[in-house]
Amino acid sequence: MATLLQVNNLQTRFDTEAGVVKAVDGVTYHVDEHEIVGIVGESGCGKSVTQLSVLQLIPHPPGRIIGGEVWFEGKDLLKHERNGPEMRSVRGSKIAMIFQEPMTSLNPVLTVNDQLSEGMQLHLGFNKADARRRAAELLTMVGIPDAERRIDDYPHQFSGGMRQRVMIAMALSCNPKLIIADEPTTALDVTTQAVLLELMKDLVDRFNTSLVLVTHNLGVVARYAQRIYVMYAGRIVEAGPTKEVFAHPRHPYTVGLLKSVPRLDQPRDVKLVPIEGLPPNLIRMPPTCAFLPRCSYRIKRCAKSHWPALTTVGSRHLAACFVNLEEMES
Amino acid sequence: MKPRGHDTLLDVRQLKVYFPVTRGLLRRKVADVRAVDDVSLQVHVGETLGLVGESGCGKTTLGRGIVRLIEPTAGQVFFEGQDILTLSSGQMRRLRRRMSLMFQDPYGSLDPRQSAGSIVGEPLIIHNMVQSKAEYQERVEYLFRRVGLDASMIDRVPHEFSGGQRQRIGIARALACDPSLIICDEPISALDVSIQAQIINLLKELQQGTKGLTYVFIAHDLSVVRHISDRIAVMYLGRVVEITDSDTLYDNPLHPYTRALLSAVPIADPFVEEKRERILLRGEVPSPLNPPPGCPFHPRCYEATLECKETIPQLSNVGSGHEVACIRAGR
Repeated sequence: MATLLQVNNLQTRFDTEAGVVKAVDGVTYHVDEHEIVGIVGESGCGKSVTQLSVLQLIPHPPGRIIGGEVWFEGKDLLKHERNGPEMRSVRGSKIAMIFQEPMTSLNPVLTVNDQLSEGMQLHLGFNKADARRRAAELLTMVGIPDAERRIDDYPHQFSGGMRQRVMIAMALSCNPKLIIADEPTTALDVTTQAVLLELMKDLVDRFNTSLVLVTHNLGVVARYAQRIYVMYAGRIVEAGPTKEVFAHPRHPYTVGLLKSVPRLDQPRDVKLVPIEGLPPNLIRMPPTCAFLPRCSYRIKRCAKSHWPALTTVGSRHLAACFVNLEEMES
Repeated sequence: MKPRGHDTLLDVRQLKVYFPVTRGLLRRKVADVRAVDDVSLQVHVGETLGLVGESGCGKTTLGRGIVRLIEPTAGQVFFEGQDILTLSSGQMRRLRRRMSLMFQDPYGSLDPRQSAGSIVGEPLIIHNMVQSKAEYQERVEYLFRRVGLDASMIDRVPHEFSGGQRQRIGIARALACDPSLIICDEPISALDVSIQAQIINLLKELQQGTKGLTYVFIAHDLSVVRHISDRIAVMYLGRVVEITDSDTLYDNPLHPYTRALLSAVPIADPFVEEKRERILLRGEVPSPLNPPPGCPFHPRCYEATLECKETIPQLSNVGSGHEVACIRAGR
């Protein structure tokens, strides 16, 4: 499979009064064509900032992308002017984004048609009538009943789940190569979440689109992602095919996450093992492994060494840890 | 397993909580939002009852109605054998010591200008639980230790604590007066996954270490509810549609809504997920202002028949404490 997006050593900083926050600290990942990739981590691990950096959507100031490359269709997107024509022709067109809050990411004073048509008129050169016709088709496709009539409604006339359907329609409107969905269903009820995730999976299949699914929910990535990246404190700590990572997690943080979440199918007396302590302060990051203070597998070498780089631990499986968990467990 | 007595701590009978919708200058009542509609359930001493359902199903209103934080419209709530809906406000205030709450938002539910110690100790003073300053101090320090907080942090204010620690302060306050009932309203939803387990384990440990401590645990996350609860009540549009013990609910769910809810929860295991079927519900939850006739779930139900549009199914026992409100169950 051909690589669609290749991100190398991405670094994003935020200047705050307390100091410089290393929100993204040397992140490297790729997305292949026609693939669903999951990016997992807790709040503040840099998973959203990474995605916003790819599209240069980081507010500046306080944010700065200070290094890295984002290769897409033979060009490094970070070389483009932030709001220049090249970047604008990628954003919303070749790479589309779906945000968590369907309430705040739609404009409340424009109708759904206005918002859906705008992109198609801008990027695809549609006239008003064609854009409207296509918008209605898209709304029908994402399961909004009576789309012809609802197309002139305002966002507040839709429920949360329906608004997120509008967002999905908007993301698909310009036939993107890649959709980045940042916690697309977190704000929604679980039955709505299931319906929308199945819908997204069907649509990316049908449109031959790749999908980056950013979430804190391990169940969602287990079900939908082919490959996953686990992020902690601004860095990727483990990467690999989903089944491989879940069956043989090789970073203590991944192990910790899996053991700390109750599973619906497990007997009730399985005790949860919480990860003790708190994530590090991203302003004063230690030179050692960021997970070290919370790690129950640490060895002497961890405290003396610079933080470990991602190394190959299996077929397409990478982890950033000095300890060989496989050997330790056996 | 903790010992389970079958003494009933809480017996809720046909509880209704309606919110009036008014219109016009005279604020005439034009309709009711039926947030909780005809709910009956029992909670036994020392157990955890999980209340689960999606947003707007009435689970929070039910939790608050039970302790009269919201005044119920009709019904009875027997707490330790006494109908508390008939008590005067003074009598109710004395009884409040026996029941407490903890809330979802660890940021909004603590007074930012009060020290952590005084947040935890305030109920002791209100209910005259301590006789001297020394006793007060000792008791607050004990509560801090009990929830895993360092007693040296007593004088700090809430913003100096992390989300998980704030939730511990909330638990310490809830425990201050030795209540027999704690209503936990989404106590972990605002926390990160690695911190959630700490709070779940703490709540379980406290219950094991305190004779007769009973929880009503309200949450939307079925995996968490199943993990912590002995029995679970599933709510939909203001009504309890199924209630049974946690294992039966997972192994043998009888209400179509329970089955859909269970199938919608993703399991963190790609090998298990590969084989699971999903029940996708059509449409959306109707407004509690204007619930559909008959079974409230019938417009979205994949098994509904004509009969479902006409009859409101009542909770009925299908064996060993398993109650379901569906006319097709047990047929």
